[in-house]
Amino acid sequence: MTRAFLRLALTAVAASAASPVFAQEPKIDAGDTAWMIGATGLVLMMTIPGLALFYAGMVRKKNVLATMAQSLAATFLVSVVWALIGYSLAFTGEGAFIGTFDRIFLTGVTLDAISPLAKTIPESLFMIYQMTFAIITVALVAGSVADRLRFSAFLLFCVLWLLIVYVPIAHWVWGGGFLGTYGLIDFAGGTVVHLNAGVAGLVAAYVVGARRGYGSENLAPYDLALAVIGTGLLWVGWFGFNGGSALGANSRAAMAIVATHLAASMGAFTWMALEWWTRGKPSVLGMVSGAIAGLGTITPASGFVLPMQAVLIGLVAGAFCFWACTWLKLKIGYDDSLDVFGVHGVGGFTGTLLAGVFAVGALSATPELPGGVHGLLEGNPQQIVAQLYGIVVTLVWSGALTFVILKVIGALVPLRVRQEDEVMGLDVTLHGEALQ
Amino acid sequence: MKFVIAVIKPFKLDEVRDALTRIGIHGMTVTEVKGYGRQKGHTEIYRGAEYQVNFLPKLRLEIAIASEQLDQVIEVIAAAARTGQIGDGKIFVMPVERAMRIRTGETDVDAL
Repeated sequence: MTRAFLRLALTAVAASAASPVFAQEPKIDAGDTAWMIGATGLVLMMTIPGLALFYAGMVRKKNVLATMAQSLAATFLVSVVWALIGYSLAFTGEGAFIGTFDRIFLTGVTLDAISPLAKTIPESLFMIYQMTFAIITVALVAGSVADRLRFSAFLLFCVLWLLIVYVPIAHWVWGGGFLGTYGLIDFAGGTVVHLNAGVAGLVAAYVVGARRGYGSENLAPYDLALAVIGTGLLWVGWFGFNGGSALGANSRAAMAIVATHLAASMGAFTWMALEWWTRGKPSVLGMVSGAIAGLGTITPASGFVLPMQAVLIGLVAGAFCFWACTWLKLKIGYDDSLDVFGVHGVGGFTGTLLAGVFAVGALSATPELPGGVHGLLEGNPQQIVAQLYGIVVTLVWSGALTFVILKVIGALVPLRVRQEDEVMGLDVTLHGEALQ
Repeated sequence: MKFVIAVIKPFKLDEVRDALTRIGIHGMTVTEVKGYGRQKGHTEIYRGAEYQVNFLPKLRLEIAIASEQLDQVIEVIAAAARTGQIGDGKIFVMPVERAMRIRTGETDVDAL
């Protein structure tokens, strides 16, 4: 059955091979540009207000505004720093380890400039699309240390972590760096975004320490309805996150969106089913968590797998992340408050690996690479090696440097708020505001 | 004059209000409160965290009445609010020194 389906897919992709996406010459295409503008909006929406709502709904009432402030701050700070220097260092040049200063302050990004990495859209658009990825990755990390991170420390973290951790990894995987050239496939950010943020979150949770009252007090979510709304915005926004990673309005984008949606659906269902079976009730928090687990896991594989493979990946995601958040977390004993590691870290790891297992060559065929990238099941076990390589490099770089960055920031301003402030709540003590 | 304070289960509000209206009591103040007595709480599970919630939502009714109506009012509230399950609530009675209707300036029993 799989053989017949693959043949069908191959025919479909070959039939669409005449579309402009396979053009070699850099030339702005209206369709691609229109879609990518939309995708940029969708991904920005994932942070504001998607992630803001998702996270804020899960913390206690006294910290809701402060949690939203983190997503807001990540947005405006990362945006500017990305434009100033982040984009240039991530997406220019031929360097194996880092980009150049060619696009510093976005010089060279003229009205009609085109990046060699995205030949059919304006470079300004490619730059801002990538910006939205940087924004959400930084914002994600904050979830691990919810309810206790000093705002000033977080602002410093945004700048330092973006430049020292995110930018290099983005360059290595997508910007022409050594991981991409080695053969790692990561369609929309299993390593760059999810594994990266997940590991950083885990390290942060360890360095900053657990919430006061963790394990003994009631830390129940303030309003899961906000989290559900946030999940909806994230889920829909993910169509831009994965679909837009095709960098064009084409069938690969469509297929990526299908894979994304099916993985999310299956992830939600699986987590819900497991929770119902093991704990007696299917919680709403479980459903949204499963959906996000599916979404994060399919991210690196979304442009490389067929719909039924995405369903399977979603199932694995829901199950594995459920286990990580309910069993592994308690076993290791860290307070990753909003399960950034359990969902994004574990999901990113799993998805990156499974991309190497399932990759279907026909989906990634280009004139330069007519056969596309083949995964393990298409007879290319070497792909698993490339995936593992990318995973290990990301893990080590993110883990080690996040630790260093936090220690450096901690020497300048205390990472954690004062104990009295943590008890009173961050909204009123850090921001002078309160929900009424 | 007496001040009747009744802590009841939230879903019983309409029944109690209707029963009081039928015996001529046309005003009360209601607040949402949390409380516990013999009724055990419940467990909430959020991903890896389990919380025992001991405080349960209740409603607190405050009704000022003429002293002669006291027995009848207590009986009516108790009958309307009773389910027979643990957690039905309690009724307390306090004396009222003075009362005034703000709009008209009527005092004591005329204000009730």
